[in-house]
Amino acid sequence: MSPAEQDQITQSARNGWLLSAPALVLLTLAAVGPLIIVVIYSFLAPGETGNVEWKFSTDAWQGILFTRDIFDDTLAWADANLTIFWRSVKLSLLTTIFAFVVGFPTSWFIATRPPKARALWLFLITIPFWTNLLIRTFAINEIIRREGLLNTILINLHLISQPLDMIYTDTAVFIGMTYVYLPLMVLPLFASLDRFDMRLLEAAYDLYASPWQVLRKVIMPIVNPGIIAGSILVFVPSLGAYVTPRLLGGGKNMMIGNFIELQFGQGRN
Amino acid sequence: MTQTIAVEASHVVKAFGHADTAVRALDDVSVQIRKGEFFTLLGPSGCGKTTLLRLIAGFEMPSGGTILLEGADITTLPPNKRPVNTVFQSYALFPHLTVAQNIGFGLEMLGRPKAEVQATTARMLALVKLETMASRKTSQLSGGQQQRVALARALAPSPKVLLLDEPLSALDLKLRKEMQIELKRLQTETGITFIFVTHDQEEALTMSDRIGVMSAGKLQQVGSPKEIYNNPVNRFVASFIGETNFLPASRDGDMYRLDCGIKIGAPPSKAARVTLTVRPEQVRLVADSEADALPAKITNLVYFGTDTHCHLSLPDGTEVVARLQSPATGDAGLALGQSVGVRFVPEAIQVLED
Ligand SMILES: Nc1ncnc2c1ncn2[C@@H]1O[C@H](COP(=O)(O)OP(=O)(O)OP(=O)(O)O)[C@@H](O)[C@H]1O
Ligand SMILES: [Mg+2]
Repeated sequence: MSPAEQDQITQSARNGWLLSAPALVLLTLAAVGPLIIVVIYSFLAPGETGNVEWKFSTDAWQGILFTRDIFDDTLAWADANLTIFWRSVKLSLLTTIFAFVVGFPTSWFIATRPPKARALWLFLITIPFWTNLLIRTFAINEIIRREGLLNTILINLHLISQPLDMIYTDTAVFIGMTYVYLPLMVLPLFASLDRFDMRLLEAAYDLYASPWQVLRKVIMPIVNPGIIAGSILVFVPSLGAYVTPRLLGGGKNMMIGNFIELQFGQGRN
Repeated sequence: MTQTIAVEASHVVKAFGHADTAVRALDDVSVQIRKGEFFTLLGPSGCGKTTLLRLIAGFEMPSGGTILLEGADITTLPPNKRPVNTVFQSYALFPHLTVAQNIGFGLEMLGRPKAEVQATTARMLALVKLETMASRKTSQLSGGQQQRVALARALAPSPKVLLLDEPLSALDLKLRKEMQIELKRLQTETGITFIFVTHDQEEALTMSDRIGVMSAGKLQQVGSPKEIYNNPVNRFVASFIGETNFLPASRDGDMYRLDCGIKIGAPPSKAARVTLTVRPEQVRLVADSEADALPAKITNLVYFGTDTHCHLSLPDGTEVVARLQSPATGDAGLALGQSVGVRFVPEAIQVLED
């Protein structure tokens, strides 16, 4: 490569950075900045009026992770808080996995439609975004509550005699979150599958791969970036979800999001 | 008895679409492809070459007929159960794997031990002269190199038949000539039966042991390049393979009378109306005063370097092209509008019954 060519490459690399600069600035201010502040604050001592004092302290973390025994002042793990934390992680993981299991065939279906139909299907996928989250969640509530649509249908079909207790359980939260975050899995998966060269399927099939091996050895590795992007997009907001666990999990099945709201809004902690 | 037929298709029909809008991509095709031969399917675009190949590979199921592989019926087997591999026109290399992993893919899917996969991959890399590229990603290769990887990948599992669908069409002319020789070498070295698809007649003539000429879903003729070129069975084959002159004629005793009124000799035939064919290189120009030469006028002269095409018009208007070797001086002493005599090399005249 000649020096001139080298120069051109570094030049275009620099242009690339310049182009992404506005996005980077916005991201730093809006996402990374607050995160740093929160982490710093968490190690400071609380002040009188809800402010913080500039003094290093691990009290806040101790308060979350441990409970101080009222009699002998020994520290014990704060089981209640850890349960909430664990439930959040578990439900978010389940949501992510299930969104993938449902989202992958859906994206595959869309990616293999003719271009015109593809646009229509993508539009249908994004329709839930046009409705307020609260309303959508109430709609699910309406379907799965004790006297809701699903129980009524099942009872009328004589498939069950007693209404199923679906609402205010972890399962309800999980179903609700999967529904809410599914499009966030489908869209990046579709973007990856759309670029996938379908002729590779025949090549693999021709080289003795079973349909399962075609999926595991060819499709999945190639669309991996889409799988990772979709999983992050579902997992992260699930972890901090607030509305869905509140409405479908009732008061008792709290997740981190609700806990934070409780502490911030009501406990002024 | 040892099996000498690699692939046998009998009365294969393939229709796409439904009922009245259906397209018959293959219409009653029967062919036997011998073990170890380089067999070429040749025909114009849309004649069904790819479809026949895809039926043998198992990507499509025939609407009728059967396909045998070394005597065993494979008509309904899926592609991953057939010991047949394909070299795709687009190569279809796996972008997430290295060159070596691409080549080893088939053997790995067959569950062969690691040592065997590695040994065979190394052997294949040497066969296609890509030893130094083993750990590269396929996107870092040139077109010709990708082509070699595709070949090595398809050859690695030692298939009974290798299918190649216009594998050279994406390469430039020089590389194409190199790969033609390379392919022929690979076929001889491995002894594997090759079924090769092309619409380039020159490619077909130079590489094949036998050629199957297709048109409109039908196999028109199967034979060696010489048979196909010298004894085409019909007008389509005669005109598709090389250039040729068509001369309408009527039978007159043991001879044929051309439409311009002149009688010439040719192999016997039963039909009253026939078409005589002569290749341009078998047409001779003589002085117009010579007895029993056809009188003609030169209408056009096209210079091709090694030879010159001389377009001639017979008295009834029939066009004849003569291919003349360009003389050392570069000047054949011919001029437009000149009257000349035309003779055909007698053994080169073919009779097609219309
Ligand atoms: N999947 C399909 N659906 C409908 N029609 C098809 C399909 N595949 C092929 N055909 C039709 O079958 C006929 C033969 O196609 P085929 O691809 O076998 O031709 P080909 O000889 O390989 O042509 P080319 O030289 O252009 O590759 C064509 O008329 C084509 O339109
Ligand atoms: Mg084709």
